[in-house]
Amino acid sequence: MIPASFDYLRAGSVAEAITMLSDHGDDAKLLAGGHSLLPLMKFRLATPAVLVDIGQLRELSYVREEGSHVAIGALTRHHDIANSPEVRAAAPLLAHVAGQVGDPQVRHRGTIGGSIAHGDSASDLPAVVLALGGSLIAEGPSGRREIAAQDFHLSFFEVSLEPDEILVEVRVPRAPGDRWGFEKLTKRAQDWAIVGAVVAQTEEGVGVALINMGPVPLRATAVESAVASGAGAVEAAQLAAENTEPAADFNGSVEYRQHVARVLVRRALEQAGV
Amino acid sequence: MRITINVNGTSESHEVEARTLLVHYLRDEAGLTGTNIGCDTTSCGACTVLLNGESVKSCTVLAAQAEGTDVTTIEGLADADGRMHPVQQAFQEYHGLQCGYCTPGMVMAVTSLLTENPDPTEEDIRVGLEGNLCRCTGYHNIVAAALAASKIPELRA
Amino acid sequence: MSILGNRVQRREDPKFLTVGGTYVADLDLPGSVHLTFVRSSMAHAKIQAINISGAVSMPGVLAVYTYADLGLANLPPIMDMTPVAMTRSVLASGTVRYVGEPIVAIVAETRQAAADATEQVIVDYEPLPTVVDPAEAQKDEVLLFPEAGTNTAFTLAFGGDPALFEGCEVVVDRTIANQRVAPCPLEVRSSAARMDADGRLEFYASTQAPHGVRQMLATALDLPADRVHVVAPDVGGGFGAKGSVYPEELMVGWCALHLDRPIRWTETRSESMLGLGHGRAQVQRIRIGGQRDGVIEAYRIEVLQDGGAYPDFGTVLPFMTRTMTSGVYAIPKAECSSVSVVTNTTPTVAYRGAGRPEATSAIERAVDMFAAEIGMDPAEVRRRNLIGPDAFPYDTPTGTTYDTGNYRGTLDLALEVAGYDNLRADQQRRRTNGDVRQLGIGLSCYVEITNGMPDGEFGAVEVRPDGKVTVRTGTSPHGQGHVTAWSMLAADQLGVPMQDIEVIHGDTDMVPRGGGTMGSRSLQVGGAAVNQAAIAVVDQGKDLAADLFEAAPEDVVLDKGRGLFHVAGSPALTHSWAQLATAALDRSGTPLLAEVDLASPGPTFPFGTHVSVVEVDTETGKVTLLRHIAVDDAGRILNPLLAEGQVHGGIAQGVAQALLEEVVYDEEGNPLTSTLADYSFISAAELPTYETRFTETPTPVNALGSKGIGESGTIGSTPAVHNAVCDAVAHLGVRHVDMPTTPTRVWRAIQDATVGRS
Repeated sequence: MIPASFDYLRAGSVAEAITMLSDHGDDAKLLAGGHSLLPLMKFRLATPAVLVDIGQLRELSYVREEGSHVAIGALTRHHDIANSPEVRAAAPLLAHVAGQVGDPQVRHRGTIGGSIAHGDSASDLPAVVLALGGSLIAEGPSGRREIAAQDFHLSFFEVSLEPDEILVEVRVPRAPGDRWGFEKLTKRAQDWAIVGAVVAQTEEGVGVALINMGPVPLRATAVESAVASGAGAVEAAQLAAENTEPAADFNGSVEYRQHVARVLVRRALEQAGV
Repeated sequence: MRITINVNGTSESHEVEARTLLVHYLRDEAGLTGTNIGCDTTSCGACTVLLNGESVKSCTVLAAQAEGTDVTTIEGLADADGRMHPVQQAFQEYHGLQCGYCTPGMVMAVTSLLTENPDPTEEDIRVGLEGNLCRCTGYHNIVAAALAASKIPELRA
Repeated sequence: MSILGNRVQRREDPKFLTVGGTYVADLDLPGSVHLTFVRSSMAHAKIQAINISGAVSMPGVLAVYTYADLGLANLPPIMDMTPVAMTRSVLASGTVRYVGEPIVAIVAETRQAAADATEQVIVDYEPLPTVVDPAEAQKDEVLLFPEAGTNTAFTLAFGGDPALFEGCEVVVDRTIANQRVAPCPLEVRSSAARMDADGRLEFYASTQAPHGVRQMLATALDLPADRVHVVAPDVGGGFGAKGSVYPEELMVGWCALHLDRPIRWTETRSESMLGLGHGRAQVQRIRIGGQRDGVIEAYRIEVLQDGGAYPDFGTVLPFMTRTMTSGVYAIPKAECSSVSVVTNTTPTVAYRGAGRPEATSAIERAVDMFAAEIGMDPAEVRRRNLIGPDAFPYDTPTGTTYDTGNYRGTLDLALEVAGYDNLRADQQRRRTNGDVRQLGIGLSCYVEITNGMPDGEFGAVEVRPDGKVTVRTGTSPHGQGHVTAWSMLAADQLGVPMQDIEVIHGDTDMVPRGGGTMGSRSLQVGGAAVNQAAIAVVDQGKDLAADLFEAAPEDVVLDKGRGLFHVAGSPALTHSWAQLATAALDRSGTPLLAEVDLASPGPTFPFGTHVSVVEVDTETGKVTLLRHIAVDDAGRILNPLLAEGQVHGGIAQGVAQALLEEVVYDEEGNPLTSTLADYSFISAAELPTYETRFTETPTPVNALGSKGIGESGTIGSTPAVHNAVCDAVAHLGVRHVDMPTTPTRVWRAIQDATVGRS
């Protein structure tokens, strides 16, 4: 319940935060909304010697329509994304899912950047960004770089951010309208997904992503190819479990989860009008 | 480090360790023991307070993160004359509490919910309270109280 | 115009709603130090060594204790019924037997220092083989207590007639699980203690039974009971689990004695999930036999009770299961036997219903299986076998005598409220259409025993010279609203407004004795004692008023509307309670006071019918509870607002057991559900608004005509929901799904049935 002690630093700007990270290296962790990091710290599963608090950096909380994509500051809270008229119009899938992360209290604190940088394949938002074919903007001492969502998640809780880099922006292609689907199986409303499926239709085509079906958020590429070749929802969804390695636990065996993935992908495709 | 927070309209300023959670700051430093701790996984919502008017789980906020903000706890909900807030009144009328342990967090969560959604359906309330656990009431009267409170005119003003 | 039977709002609420309750952790105890524990990470191991040097040298640490420091005897066996060889020490004494067992106690100046110090303790374990499955434990291959020579801690046998099912056209035989659950009161365990100015131990406990805590502390610490003062302040729920006294609490008392500093202990939720006792945990072999025309002739249940690592109340609860074996049915032959074993898991204790939900779940599932076997509607099977309304008092085959009942009345009403025929029609439509989402309708007809333990209760009523009233009760409410309820009773007898009546509970100095609150006993014995004391005080008032009026006592009336005594026919000349209370003190130096030790009038048997409607997504197995109808009868209802609240809370816990909650251990005894994130504590989002009704069939057993209601909601709801889920997929060939009917379990059952293995 009580975290291990740490030194607390409050960054006044992105540049200052980057400097702090560079100075402290592996000893430092970023603190945004804190709803991924603090729960770990309360169990002492994470014991950073230094916390760099970037939670007050208002300049990283924004929603901007930039032509073909929507740019969302990494520190934009789930609550604000869910209620943003711009996101609701330009990427309603994202607004919908952001509006269901955790519970209302969590949504008042948690940020999209914090959630995605945490790298949990059981989280909803990384799969949404993946399905939309979005990208992440990282900023470090040598400037900014753009990382495609499918290249961002490396393995279990590991993302491709350098120790001195900060995720500053999430970009998703514009995907207005109702050609999207989101299905999640949980026991209780507040639970992490046992399995989840996200379907998004963008100008690039249909993107399908899976929640909690492997160590990283996964694109269901076999499903996407089948849809691109003209297969309907039922047929394409049969391929949903290909190349997945869900973990087995008392909430379900591998067989069960792969079956549920097929069911949820089918339903999400149907919602999206496939 | 010294952390200053405006709690229930009063400026609280205390020297605490950086690792101090907001809930401990409120309970131990500000002496406001109405807010309770019910779990250690951000699951139960007993610690819910308002931070700048929005519900948060104070067990998952460092006091340092709340520096300079306005925090409202259950003790600050009734008005200056001690008249209960409509949500408090509704909980009384509808028997929305038994042991009382989840109640401060539950009341703050309902208050925030109604601020953001003044005309909720029953479903809105049930899903909106997914982060607030109660073992005594079975939620039936809590939901009834929240719905009733949403009809009270001064809340809709 | 009596206030009794009215929906009176709680007097307790304004405080809870405006400043919150005062729970143990909220108490102002200046100079307190903090206690915390290092707990076993192994389910079964010998402790080779404990290295505390790192902890001792941490800043702020005042003391670090192990078993060898304490000189305390083991906690006693349970009700003298469990083996001495299986008793537990306050701190682990050489062998740890469950993950979470306390090994080391650390006292520090601050909570933070205590938490930091626990990380510095190193325990060297020599792992021992673990046994988690009670059936495995029963084989006695891995022994938890070699000196005991067995893992069997308690057995009950009743019956054993080899010809029990002779003549039955149909016999259904199945082994089902009543899974281990965690009580999860919102307030975890918390204690504080200090030595008071007179050298007495002053102990604050989050408990359901302060007098029980006093006794345990006195025995454990070798103190006379009157040198121990226990206070239960506001308590954030108990549900039976806080009726046991835990070793950590005894450690708090011991530290207060030895350190002479106020000391407090509040566990974390994760500790509580391992350290607060668990509930249920029975494996049940049920056999039911009868005729194809629906008449049930015989029933047998064999219980394997998982007691956990150290026998606690859960080990002996099959006694209550046996008591309620045959439920609401006029089954001529019924038997129950049980074996309770120890396993490398958290000890099991009483949990809402305590042995009776297990009995009801078993027979209600058995009746549904029997109905399915003979192809008869489950409501009809119940109708044909219910004990009739004229059969009371009714003696069951397992030796229980039910007081009153109208089982058919609650069944009829529940089916009517549910719109049963329409539900069956909807179900049939969906089956014909092959809908993905199927409807399940489940019934549960239950009877349960309240005030099942023989202890009486203390109640006192005193009128003070200012005319206000003090009630003292031996019950110990933790959400039940006794302040409101007992002041209703006293107000009704005395004609004093409720707001002028204070109700004192939970303090062993202010209340000399008491049985606490559990087993749905409080109104029947506690309320009845208060009521009787109030009547006695009215009689005292009448006698004194008669003296003052120079009239005969039988000519004196109490005008309850005005709270005034007068001679019949002369209402203008009155004496108030204040005047009488003052006169009593002036004349004889004794107050207007009655103290009652009510002998227990005996148990009562509330009953009812629940109907549950669920929707099952047959592709994922996910179950949604659409409706829950509860018709409950607890005799005369004192305050429907409070009674409904008890039913609501019980329903939620009962639904949770059927659909969601389960304590899970792996084979090595590692707990997998030790946080509220992993353990599926049910939320508002999983539940509907309930449809509840009361019928009132009074009981002659006590003066109030009332039965208990606190556990009925749980007992009645679990089987209804469980039966509904099984019903939803019965047409697919599924015969049974064990609780909790999680998505994966339901899906697996459908798969197995499809392949023909059910």
